[in-house]
Amino acid sequence: MLARVTTFAIDGVRSRPITVEVDLHAGLPAFTIVGLGDQAVRESRERVRTAIQNSGFAFPQNRVTVNLAPADLRKRGPGFDMAIAVGILAASGQVPIDLLDRIAVYGELALGGELRGVRGALAVAEGTRESGLDALIVPNECAREAMLIGGIAVHGASDMREMASVLAGEPTSSSLPPLAAARAKAREVPDLGDVRGQVQAVYALTTAAAGGHSLLLSGPPGTGKTMLARRLPAILPPLTTNEAIEVTRIHSIAGLHSGGQLMAVRPFRAPHHTISASGLVGGGSTPAPGEATLAHLGVLFLDELAEFARPALEALRQPLEDGRVAIVRGQRSALYPTLTMLVASTNPCPCGYAGQPRCRCGEADIARYQRRLSGPLLDRIDLQVPVERPTAAELVEPSPHDTDAIRAQVLQARERQCARLGDGACNGRMSTAELRRHVRLDSASDAVLHKSYAEGRLSPRGHARVLRVARTIADLRGDDRVAKSDVFAAIRFRQEIGETAEVAA
Amino acid sequence: MSACDDCLRRGFVLELLAGRIEIARHERSGLRDVLALSDEQLVKAVGGEATRELLGRVAGFHPDRHRARTSAASLSPVCRHDDLFPPRLIDDATVHALYVAGSERLGALTDPATPAVAIVGTRRASPDGMQTARELGRGLAAAGVTVVSGMALGIDAAAHEGALEGGGRTIAVLGCGADVAYPRSKAALHRRIAAQGVVLSEMPAGATVHRWGFPARNRIIAGLAHATVVVEAAQKSGSLITADFALELGRDVLAVPGSVRSWRADGTNSVIRDGGTLVRDARDVLDAVVGPQMAGHVVEAFVSPPDDLEPEVAAMLEAVEGGVRRTDELIAVSGDTYRALSALAELEMMGLVRGLQGGGYERTRL
Repeated sequence: MLARVTTFAIDGVRSRPITVEVDLHAGLPAFTIVGLGDQAVRESRERVRTAIQNSGFAFPQNRVTVNLAPADLRKRGPGFDMAIAVGILAASGQVPIDLLDRIAVYGELALGGELRGVRGALAVAEGTRESGLDALIVPNECAREAMLIGGIAVHGASDMREMASVLAGEPTSSSLPPLAAARAKAREVPDLGDVRGQVQAVYALTTAAAGGHSLLLSGPPGTGKTMLARRLPAILPPLTTNEAIEVTRIHSIAGLHSGGQLMAVRPFRAPHHTISASGLVGGGSTPAPGEATLAHLGVLFLDELAEFARPALEALRQPLEDGRVAIVRGQRSALYPTLTMLVASTNPCPCGYAGQPRCRCGEADIARYQRRLSGPLLDRIDLQVPVERPTAAELVEPSPHDTDAIRAQVLQARERQCARLGDGACNGRMSTAELRRHVRLDSASDAVLHKSYAEGRLSPRGHARVLRVARTIADLRGDDRVAKSDVFAAIRFRQEIGETAEVAA
Repeated sequence: MSACDDCLRRGFVLELLAGRIEIARHERSGLRDVLALSDEQLVKAVGGEATRELLGRVAGFHPDRHRARTSAASLSPVCRHDDLFPPRLIDDATVHALYVAGSERLGALTDPATPAVAIVGTRRASPDGMQTARELGRGLAAAGVTVVSGMALGIDAAAHEGALEGGGRTIAVLGCGADVAYPRSKAALHRRIAAQGVVLSEMPAGATVHRWGFPARNRIIAGLAHATVVVEAAQKSGSLITADFALELGRDVLAVPGSVRSWRADGTNSVIRDGGTLVRDARDVLDAVVGPQMAGHVVEAFVSPPDDLEPEVAAMLEAVEGGVRRTDELIAVSGDTYRALSALAELEMMGLVRGLQGGGYERTRL
């Protein structure tokens, strides 16, 4: 007797359909699982056997062969337990077989027959819909998350008995409240109301958020660089439903999100500076997504940029530019999305107080420190912002920043960009062709830029970046034309940190 | 401008023996004593087992080939027997020939009637120190004083930068060949000085850097100048060597004071304690070097703006001129972040204000 059950394997940041084939054959009792499974899959035998027995079903006294197809995909984790158990019950006639070509099953088994939640339920639900199936059975604790994907029926079950009754077509007892657009409240994000002073820096933050530009905050310790960066998600436009599903899927697979709600706030990832290149962009023997992918559609914050290992930063360059990264290991390769906004912070010199009398660093120290910031990476940062020490007066005055007003401004600017460039596009990712089409300078602005370039203050890449930022600044003003003052304001944020440009020359 | 064969041979010998002098310096003190030796004595003193061979090479010195090599590096040699040799250096008998870039300006910059001031200090300068050196250089050069320094990182380079801003009256004295840009990060500065001022060295074209070359060039710096100003120096700084050379030649030594708790002021404060003149700005230096009548020559003017500045740009310029430095405060003056930032960037690009380390602005001085 042969039974086929559909389940899913997590492959990178998506799910892939797996057919679990269970064959019962006369012979000495034996239980074999083939199909390139890892240790957790092999141990699945013990869980499945015990769970079946403890749920009051009979484990067949036959030769049981389980195949996980396709056999060339490496399968990891305990998520196949339920499908294997269902296959055995169906093959031995203990549950009806007729619904199995329309229902997928995904989850881990406990020895008592209870179902346990596993990572990636959202990705599995998406896969179920894409494979054209009608329904998905998952452990109760994953049900809410799986229900976020419309178009399929999601059945939550608490143990094997319940699962069997779903497969028998009986109505299930566990009825969960409908989706109800259960989104986590955006209010949990820290907002700019806590920031005193820093008018210039907040303006730069607004510009970065409005155009999706990368940003470098540079200033003495304790001036609030990290504080400012952490408030960026509060003024970014909210995730669209499709974006929210994508982000939630990635985080659910990484085990960073649970609770059956879509993520409402853009992710903010702040890896420690000891992170390796593969930790940042993804890697490992079975390629796992890195921080850049976890920050997909959100913010990747590199605090103390100069402390990061150079190979790690260099590895980040291409993924940031392309919005995706291909990780190749042996015969396996994986493509991960990395559409993220890079935000970095740095001290201007080793002691952090460059420009103030208390600075202890010589010119050569500062030059050496800034060399570590990797010119090519700096060149890819659109906005370089000096963060000044707030005065005592500014610290006691109430915050001049209104988060809601800024977010509304950002949204308006984004809408202008979408109208111009297409849905979901932003100035920060304009191609050179788009740049030529949409950023036309009058002769005065062109002269400004030309002078800057001729004086060597701008690299060719920097030139294009100034144009993108100027476009965003004009969008923030609600203007379709880029004016001379937009170009000036954009150039303001492309200065070398401090005045050490000539040292590097 | 020319140099005689004997003096050129000196340059040849110094380059030939540079490595050996370096080694010998560990045993012998008194660089001036070493350099006071004649060519033959010098070879015998440091030549060791290779003395015979070295003497042979000195005897085989080919002046015309040496001249050809010098002019191929766009340098002109000048020796103490030539009229154009800097008159103040005649006092120092150990300097024989100089190799000069920008030689057409050498006469004007070393004219005994116009004062020359050396500005020296630590490589590991503070931003304040660099700013002081820059302003001194700018003020002195603008007042017609020649600013002499060593083109090292820190104070030296800042003094040259200031002098270039103030009209370009500046001489860089190098410890390597005058055509060699050392330190390499100052290559751009080297080019600008060679184009607007003078770069010179007693080492022939292409000669590489040796440690003894620094104190050796310091004696030339001190020799070229009426007075030496030390801006920031630790207790055992090379700039104090320059000050010592200046004292040996009977020239004035001046110093900019600093906090008694700062290592960068240890050297300068000791100079003042030992009788050096305390100076705070270019005016003080002129007072000390040429007397009060010269002080009026320091130009305390800002680079003047064009007449057609837009009102908000002009308002920002006025605010910076009024001493508001921080960007956030300048924004507060304007009331509009966007307008303020673009006005400041525009002013900076016009050269009317200067961006400071840490993000603020100051008005550009002449």
